Amino acid sequence: MSSPCRASLILLAFILLAGCDREKRGMTHEPKPETMAFVPSGDPRASDYENNAFQMSQGQRLFMWMNCVGCHAHGGGGMGPPLMDDKWRYGGRMEDIVYTILNGRPNGMPPFKGRLTEQQAWQLASYVRSLSAQPRQDVLYSRSDEMSITEPATLKERNAIMNEPPAPGHGPGK
Amino acid sequence: MRSRPSVRSRATFLAAAACILLPLPASQIHAAANGARPAPAATAPEDGQWTMPSKDYASTRYSGLDQINRQNVARLKLTLSWDTGSRKGQEAPPLVVGSTMYLTMPFPNNIIAIDLAAKPRPAVKWVFRPNPRPMSQGVACCDVVNRGAVYANGRLFFNTLDGQVIALDAASGKAVWRTQVGNIMKGETITMSPLVAEGKVIVGDSGGEFGVRGWLMALDAASGKVAWKAFHTGPDKDVLIGPDFHPYYAADRGKDLGVHSWPADAWKIGGGTAWGWVSYDPQLKMIFYGTGNPGPWNPEQRPGDNKWTTGVFARDIATGRARWFYQSTPHDLYDHDDINEQILLDMPVRGQMRQVLVRPARNGYLYVIDRKSGQVYSADPYGYINSASGVDLRTGRLIPVPSKAPQEGRVVRNIGPTASGAKDWNPGAFSPRTGLIYLPHENLCMDEGVMEANYISGTPYLGADAKMYAGPGGNRGFLTAWDPVRRKAAWKIREDLPLWSPALATGGDVVFYGTMDGWFKAIDALTGKLLWRAKLDSGIIGQPITYRGPDGRQYVALVSGVGGWAGAIVSGPLDPGDPSAALGFVNAVRDLPKRTQAGGRLYVFALPR
Repeated sequence: MSSPCRASLILLAFILLAGCDREKRGMTHEPKPETMAFVPSGDPRASDYENNAFQMSQGQRLFMWMNCVGCHAHGGGGMGPPLMDDKWRYGGRMEDIVYTILNGRPNGMPPFKGRLTEQQAWQLASYVRSLSAQPRQDVLYSRSDEMSITEPATLKERNAIMNEPPAPGHGPGK
Repeated sequence: MRSRPSVRSRATFLAAAACILLPLPASQIHAAANGARPAPAATAPEDGQWTMPSKDYASTRYSGLDQINRQNVARLKLTLSWDTGSRKGQEAPPLVVGSTMYLTMPFPNNIIAIDLAAKPRPAVKWVFRPNPRPMSQGVACCDVVNRGAVYANGRLFFNTLDGQVIALDAASGKAVWRTQVGNIMKGETITMSPLVAEGKVIVGDSGGEFGVRGWLMALDAASGKVAWKAFHTGPDKDVLIGPDFHPYYAADRGKDLGVHSWPADAWKIGGGTAWGWVSYDPQLKMIFYGTGNPGPWNPEQRPGDNKWTTGVFARDIATGRARWFYQSTPHDLYDHDDINEQILLDMPVRGQMRQVLVRPARNGYLYVIDRKSGQVYSADPYGYINSASGVDLRTGRLIPVPSKAPQEGRVVRNIGPTASGAKDWNPGAFSPRTGLIYLPHENLCMDEGVMEANYISGTPYLGADAKMYAGPGGNRGFLTAWDPVRRKAAWKIREDLPLWSPALATGGDVVFYGTMDGWFKAIDALTGKLLWRAKLDSGIIGQPITYRGPDGRQYVALVSGVGGWAGAIVSGPLDPGDPSAALGFVNAVRDLPKRTQAGGRLYVFALPR
């Protein structure tokens, strides 16, 4: 074998070996079930968006593009509250979240009406709900748009939703 | 870091120096053994009060009171504790004027006056509720903190989160005037403590994470009318740059650099806020303060030096005209806001007495800069830095390490210091008795990935994900005693958690500071030895002070209440399941919720009668 050939084989082997050495990333996310009574959505559109992989992945992109990530991080929160935990200040149904996105809330959530179409708000809401591990496994996006510091949503253990009737007087947070 | 033997020899030396100084009255300012002393015109004789967060215009955070000293501080006992009702980050200090104490609260920014002379025990005199708009909470980058009110000539001056400057009559708690200066719809909030001097109230904005256009302004202390306003980006006339502007370095000279050092129009949303500390030299009639990070965090969207962000300005207090500027971090890559304190000292530099300001910058270098000319005499690392290799003193320019520069499409690992810097907003204290600056700071590194950010008014303008963790050695904080003349640390104390509380130095050679898990500590100013500590209900990010009470005894006071950027995981509360929460800080303090809780309580300590 000629020496350039041998050299290129060695180089190829080196590249292949280096390729095997993938970066190790810690898996930190522990999804939580909703502990408060889950109120099924009364809006027929909810399931169209929640059970559709395309809509949810569009929501994921919008979450970055519309700067949601700046306040809520990738679900852990910051200037805004966490979205991956089991608490909803203003209701956790799809239509509550859509209302929150479009109209804002008095303690700091800005209104996005005029900046998003209603359809986009539903897409976003579908992604937001996915952060607290509620949606169907086959709908979830397989990879994150972010800096790979959390594990892919499809690898998360899903917990059962507590599906009990709402307590008297309990309603949407509008 | 210093080795043990040198610490001991240094301690002996300082102890000897202190013995020589001891017979002098504590109120008189003399140069310490290393020749450093606070700028004389910027300090006042000790009167036992605490009227502004930084204690004096020189920003020493030093009180000459010496009843509590290194021999007896171990006997310190709690004399008063009172729940303020707040559960957000408490960064503001108590003020003490005469026999009244004034507390400044985080949002909703209530001011509480406490009569310390009331019998049988101190009692609330009045409460002022400014009722800022709740919407402002959504544009406050790092918890809804406030860094304190200022007392001057019978009035209290403070800022609200929703961008108001308010003057109160200190006796009655009634508003004298209130002026709206910030616009929360653009993301402008105010968290800083004003500086009041020469009949002016100096105020700057927050919102560097929202693409605001940063500014500093002066209001007339009597009427609340705006006297001048200086922007930190844009054309020279907006920045108040004119014929009397003489920066020391060539890179800061030229016409309209606030426009030309940016891509077209990017300066309009370029950040450069002023949410930190302002010092004042009454002899030069000049104020000194730093400007915040350029926006967005993603540096690839703003090629150029991005003037006048991340640097220090000297301005004439009467007119606001810029006298000089030094950009410590041109084209900031990591959110290294340059808003930290500047301590005004007169000290020998290479054998000659100089009027300088000392600034431990977010980028990890401690700068000694001439107050009159803006010349950098030295820039030494006081914390771990791998993102820069030094500062070129000929050009004044920071030398970045190219492999640590964030780029779209890749994640840069192990950057030091983090976005929060080797030290963030929490100021150090200077003791004229030891000549040392006591710096509470951080020891963290981060991973960062950047992506294109869209500007949407009133929403974050960042384009970056970060994840922070402990730096070399595994401890996340340090208390460093820095000798500004010898340009090195005299000693360091390793702290497990990042330090987010300022330091207090006293004439009794005791230094006080707090930790985020709620330990309030007193250490020996000469050696760093722990002399006393107390565990408080909530973590400490507040500013400790000391004062002489109506009964003539010396007291040490502080308000607990964990929060701020570093403690948002508790005050939020935020979810540690996402390491990028709170712009990556949550990952560095995942253990904090188990070690402390949200709170807000005034603590006052004294020696037993």
